[in-house]
Amino acid sequence: MSSNAELAGIAEARSERTRAAMFAQEERALRKPQSNYARAWRRFRGNKMAIAGLTIATLLVLMALFAPLISKYITHVSPSKQSLVHQFEPASKAHWFGTDEYGRDVLTRIAYGARVSLGVAFTAVIAAIFLGTLVGASAGYYGRWVETVLMRFVDVMLSIPGIVLLVLISALFQVGPLQLALIIAALGWFGLSRLLRSEILSIKRREYVEAARVIGAPDRVIIRRHILPNVTHLIIVFATGAIPAFILTEAALSFLGLGIQPPTPSWGNMLTNATQYIYKSKGLVFIPGFFISITVLSLIVVGYALRDALDPRLSK
Amino acid sequence: MSRYVIRRLIGIPPLLIGITLIVFAIVHLTPGGPLDDLKLNPEIKASDIAAIEETLGLHRPLYQQYTGWMSQLVRGNFGISLKTYRPVRTLIAQRVGNTLLLTASALLFSLVVAIPIGVLSALKRNTIFDYLATIGATLGDSIPSFWLGLMLILLLAVQFKAWGLPWLPSGGTQTLPNGGDVLDRAKHLILPVITLSTVQIALWVRYIRAQMLEVLNQDYVRTARAKGISETTVQMRHAFRNAVLPLVTLVGLSIPNLFGGAVVIESVFGWPGMGSLLIDSANNRDYTVVMGLTIFLSTIVVFANLLTDILYGVADPRVQYS
Repeated sequence: MSSNAELAGIAEARSERTRAAMFAQEERALRKPQSNYARAWRRFRGNKMAIAGLTIATLLVLMALFAPLISKYITHVSPSKQSLVHQFEPASKAHWFGTDEYGRDVLTRIAYGARVSLGVAFTAVIAAIFLGTLVGASAGYYGRWVETVLMRFVDVMLSIPGIVLLVLISALFQVGPLQLALIIAALGWFGLSRLLRSEILSIKRREYVEAARVIGAPDRVIIRRHILPNVTHLIIVFATGAIPAFILTEAALSFLGLGIQPPTPSWGNMLTNATQYIYKSKGLVFIPGFFISITVLSLIVVGYALRDALDPRLSK
Repeated sequence: MSRYVIRRLIGIPPLLIGITLIVFAIVHLTPGGPLDDLKLNPEIKASDIAAIEETLGLHRPLYQQYTGWMSQLVRGNFGISLKTYRPVRTLIAQRVGNTLLLTASALLFSLVVAIPIGVLSALKRNTIFDYLATIGATLGDSIPSFWLGLMLILLLAVQFKAWGLPWLPSGGTQTLPNGGDVLDRAKHLILPVITLSTVQIALWVRYIRAQMLEVLNQDYVRTARAKGISETTVQMRHAFRNAVLPLVTLVGLSIPNLFGGAVVIESVFGWPGMGSLLIDSANNRDYTVVMGLTIFLSTIVVFANLLTDILYGVADPRVQYS
């Protein structure tokens, strides 16, 4: 550490910005081809279940992306088009999945619901990764009071049952999809930050980090160039687990009337009145839940396979 | 051991204070207040609203509001419901029994189902039984609990009744007006308990299977086999007991999940517990009830975690407290 101070003195004349740029350039030149991820992809490809899961997940994402096209060319109705003479119709050529209590086409609503359900989950995961990485990396790298404050906060948050806190916050706000995603994210990063903190605690003592510090690399270069690339696999594993979990959270909240509000369709709120209509239409109760289950199932399978592919030591 | 317990007990008040601070901050630092509804009403004058604010103490600085709220909380006073004007404590007291009955039954049921399946699945590794158990566990993770509840109602309550088979009640805790004996109450428990248990069973089957496989590879199991002890004895006395031990921790960790699951499932089955109270109050924007329940449920979780840590040490003497 004393040599660190000496070298920092020599480098003092240079502005921090030029130093950061220099280190970044050096890093790019030294970086090897990322054969680790290529090898992981090869292992992933060999897993039939994973490929099946990925195919289904891709189809569902496509359905969400092309919902307007489905509405225009296949079902020929908008998701909010009501038709009270066509309530509770069974599946037919015109309505593949039948119609709901307002005579709206269920297939169109499922496609638009996919946009909301998947969109909320993906947005929430990105926000949760940002928060979890920020807190985990700060706590792990800086230690001392930063670590104490952040980790005690995480301890407190983890002792309040997550769904209860979600209900409390959703009751206070009238939420749209974006706000709901941010709320789910705000309560979904604790596990990631704990994981990253403990991993970074050990990485920051490694020689290459010490070396980077000795030649005077600023903290943010060390964190971005030397530490975060070594925890990327953990972040990917977190993301693959969190997306299905967040889909289930959104569905449960919307089902309870506290998430996405009608008339915007989400797979969860399509089931809100299901118990009332259970005698009138079984499809209405079955189809949204089936789509939630198949989405979550395919993503979980992909997640397991990805975890095994990224870190074969973890698999049993 | 006792020093460890004391240290953990000392850690609890800060944790509980942290929880109240966070709940208070969430409710008070968000835009809008409890009187927003009144402000929109043209019949009510601004001076009246100021008077109401003064009676409720809403004009005081936040830290004073917090200390006032806290001093009531420690006396067990959770305030008054904004919609029904009844004490929150009374509302919770009416519901707590039903939720405990539901969660405790689900815990018991999950253990009774998960332990044999997990153990058998490890002993019969790579057989059809093992594959089915693994697939079932993954499905249990994927199906949203509230939808599983709806499907069970559709099949076992609606369809069975339509087919003239013995069917199960789909809501409430007892048949009205003249039900309510033990058998009737038990029947009403079946569907909610199955629904609430599914996630736990899925989790525990996978965990017990992995534990059992690990223990079966230990040296002392090989030694026991080498001594010529019968395979059943090895499996039950040497492997099973050590594999199931860490379950103590898992049961403790599942308590927040069980209460969280109850929040959703009680609403599906019209079960009059704390969960459905929470959801109804949230939909009615009855903040005092929601806050009270959040604090109450979190306190249960904090003490459950403490109990788990202590029990783990009692069950496994190798655990060193530091």
